[in-house]
Amino acid sequence: MALHFVDYLVLVLYFGFVLGIGWFLRKHVRTSSEFLTSAHSLPLWITSLAFLAANMGALEMIGMCGSGAKYGMLTSHFYWVGAIPAMLFVGVFMMPFYYGSKARSVPEYLKLRFDEKTRGFNAITFAVMTIFSSGISMYALGILLQAIFGWSFTFSVLMSAGIVLAYTYLGGLSSAIYNEVLQFFLIVAGFAPLAILSVQKAGGWEGIAQRLSPQMTQTWRHLSSPADNPMGVEVFGLIMGLGFVLSFGYWCTNYLVVQRAMAARSMTDARNTPIVGAFPKMFIPFVVIVPGVAAAALAQMGAGYSIPLKNGGPDYDKVLFSLMEQFYPSGMLGVGLTALVASFMSGMAGNVTAFNTVWTYDIYQSYIRKNAPDSHYLWMGRMATIFGTGLSIGAAYLATQFNNMMDFLQLIFGFVNAPLFATFLLGMFWKRATGNGAFTGLLTGTAAAALTYSLTLAEGKGGWLGVLHEFPSSMAQNFWVAINAWTVCFVLTILVSLFGKARPDEELVGLVYGVTKHEAEAAVWYKRPAMIALAAAVLCLGLNLIFY
Amino acid sequence: MLDLRKPAGWFFLLLGLILSATGLAFDFKAPLLDRNLNLEFGIFSLAFGGVFLWLARRA
Repeated sequence: MALHFVDYLVLVLYFGFVLGIGWFLRKHVRTSSEFLTSAHSLPLWITSLAFLAANMGALEMIGMCGSGAKYGMLTSHFYWVGAIPAMLFVGVFMMPFYYGSKARSVPEYLKLRFDEKTRGFNAITFAVMTIFSSGISMYALGILLQAIFGWSFTFSVLMSAGIVLAYTYLGGLSSAIYNEVLQFFLIVAGFAPLAILSVQKAGGWEGIAQRLSPQMTQTWRHLSSPADNPMGVEVFGLIMGLGFVLSFGYWCTNYLVVQRAMAARSMTDARNTPIVGAFPKMFIPFVVIVPGVAAAALAQMGAGYSIPLKNGGPDYDKVLFSLMEQFYPSGMLGVGLTALVASFMSGMAGNVTAFNTVWTYDIYQSYIRKNAPDSHYLWMGRMATIFGTGLSIGAAYLATQFNNMMDFLQLIFGFVNAPLFATFLLGMFWKRATGNGAFTGLLTGTAAAALTYSLTLAEGKGGWLGVLHEFPSSMAQNFWVAINAWTVCFVLTILVSLFGKARPDEELVGLVYGVTKHEAEAAVWYKRPAMIALAAAVLCLGLNLIFY
Repeated sequence: MLDLRKPAGWFFLLLGLILSATGLAFDFKAPLLDRNLNLEFGIFSLAFGGVFLWLARRA
């Protein structure tokens, strides 16, 4: 893919603006709270779009488009089942406790609700995970840019990471969030024309539906058995594994996204952040998945397009690039490429700003240096931004040497994440849950995830200790690993809590449903979280029915 | 605090200018494309940026 001067000009324009936003916002950072948490100062439209963009990393964009070509509209379950319900739930039911408890981070909520060891476990695993996630994504982007545009791995990694570091160092979380909103618009602007052009070329949705099997264009009709659909999943595993455990575990407990909502300037805005974000989120499949589905149809038309190949088989990770190559002329190609770099930056800035807050407040201030003046924590927050970025770059280089080890680490992080939602659910909605119960539940849930994976096999993965069951796809295996982890954590937390002594009600005010006085919502009816969530739920249900 | 609509507006306005000018000055092609995408997207981007700046000015 050859780039023209105008493509570089678009890229340079974008870099100039993201750095400029960081430069403007530097004057507003005077305290650690302003740097790390935006001091509850941002308007709703900004926090809700940042809530979305922090999750729209480059790997997701490339992966979702490829998945659209491989599995068709079934991929939209990752949005309509795997995101929207959890986003509405966290806004309506959980945000009152995150925001109302005055906790500065998700691990700090665990400290207030349970105890130090539960917070420590969550803070340390989260900090390590954010570094490796950002490193792995940086590695993948470096490899892709190298393969497609001929840029060197080192140039791609250092340039992207250097710009993210500059604007997050200058303006802190506010700068990351402002840029995420700009990145969101750019991502949609860069990918949406591809969706329109590819669908038009394939003869509209009707043309696509005629050329592909119904399994590729319908979302629910073929889920009664794993053998009926290309994903190899069935309806229970999909709803419980993806729609409940994995989705709620991510959207409701991952500080990377929750941090954006906690930056809102009022409780109502914090609650509405994920709910308002759910509206654009449910239409993202039309921008990233539909081009992939159209690519599968185009490949059957003999119109000059074919799915890229690697080692004789389809290379779905290159579908997005191949579509850009076929449909975007120089100029627009620069916009598409810049959108991809923007999606990488929004994902990385999300990781870096979540890492520096958890490091500064939940690790450094809690275990290394307590009671220092605020200026010291502001300094440490900035230092954490620098060494967090440095460690991510190190992780990216580590991945070039030990690719299998990075896959293994990602797998382990999946095990740690899977039971988390059970801990938060019981913590927020059952006053009897204890710190010992939560900690035991988290450890045993993580162990249950590892054990399920070790005793099952799917596409050659797992089965380290033997094979009790074989799944039709690794996706089905992932769903069931999560379901088992969640169930074990849920049951063990309850059992251990029942044998322990619960904290008195007065200590749990603001932390647990039932002992916290419900305050009447001050906003007018159409701005109330429950009302907006209801509208979003109806709209999402409608989309599911249209593509049933 | 900075009004985000201003930098976002200026970004899309400038992006629109670059692409519209490219669309008018050059006949860049792509294998499956049969229209002047740079000009079309450029005009859209100009309008999008303009709306942002208008909203920021009104506030």
